[in-house]
Amino acid sequence: MPELDAVDRRLIDELQGEFPLCAEPYAEVAGKLGLGEEELLQRLDRLLSRHVLTRFGPMYQIERIGGAFTLAALAVPEGRYEEVAAQVNALPQVAHNYRREHTLNMWFVLATETPDGIGEAIARIERTTGLKVRNFPKEREYFVEMKLGVRA
Amino acid sequence: MIDAIDRALIVATQDGLPLVSRPYHAIAGRLGIAPEEAMRRLAAMLDTGIIRRIGAVPNHYAIGWTANGMTVWDVPDEAIDEAGAAVGALAFVTHCYRRPRALPEWPYNLFAMVHGSTRDEVRDKAMVIADLLGERCRSRDILFSSRILKKSGLRI
Repeated sequence: MPELDAVDRRLIDELQGEFPLCAEPYAEVAGKLGLGEEELLQRLDRLLSRHVLTRFGPMYQIERIGGAFTLAALAVPEGRYEEVAAQVNALPQVAHNYRREHTLNMWFVLATETPDGIGEAIARIERTTGLKVRNFPKEREYFVEMKLGVRA
Repeated sequence: MIDAIDRALIVATQDGLPLVSRPYHAIAGRLGIAPEEAMRRLAAMLDTGIIRRIGAVPNHYAIGWTANGMTVWDVPDEAIDEAGAAVGALAFVTHCYRRPRALPEWPYNLFAMVHGSTRDEVRDKAMVIADLLGERCRSRDILFSSRILKKSGLRI
């Protein structure tokens, strides 16, 4: 696990809140944390390049602009796991992908700009991998909160 | 619905905000619009929920949440919405959805994501969900993640 100092931790927690929409937002957040703007930008850059943060910016809900998300899964034979992971990840519609311990051992989220895009992406994955995709579209969202405090 | 400029803003920011003192000015410059317009449009997309929030997405492993379990539950259809709302309200559940079953191999229709520092912590939290569901839980499982294969976010 990468080393995080106390400032990094506060920064990660703070940046999971609402980032300001103003001319100099980094300066505003830096002020709250008692840092200089330049130091904040350097730390943020380092956290992104070390993959402590996977991204920083607006998180879009593609359903609200006519697109679609779904969660889908594959049962991948162990001997083909790396090959299939590369085939699935190659699609830009795959927003994230996790290995999980189950017969269904690959779980990925598809995000497409149109509802039809989901079916097309699934058909393409089935064609490329020769495996059956199980599709688990969201029927109802009860709660989503993507913030996690730093425990490291 | 969005227009061509909103769409261009989404394309320009889906990889992330530029790490420069005036990030919205930088984006506006690329799009050939005024910085005020870029900020106003982003604010409008926040208001309508097109943008869920602006901020950082941590790699949960890297910040100490090394155990991640997708807990899945088979709840009778007539009880699912009340049960889902109750499970989603638990402080430690980060995502909670109703999804279709894939019978016979996949009987689960309630998905609740649970994080912890250890797998035992995730299992303890799953027990809290099990207690809350009581007899509404007909069967259950926890799918621990062992590797992030991709985490790039959406691309249009």
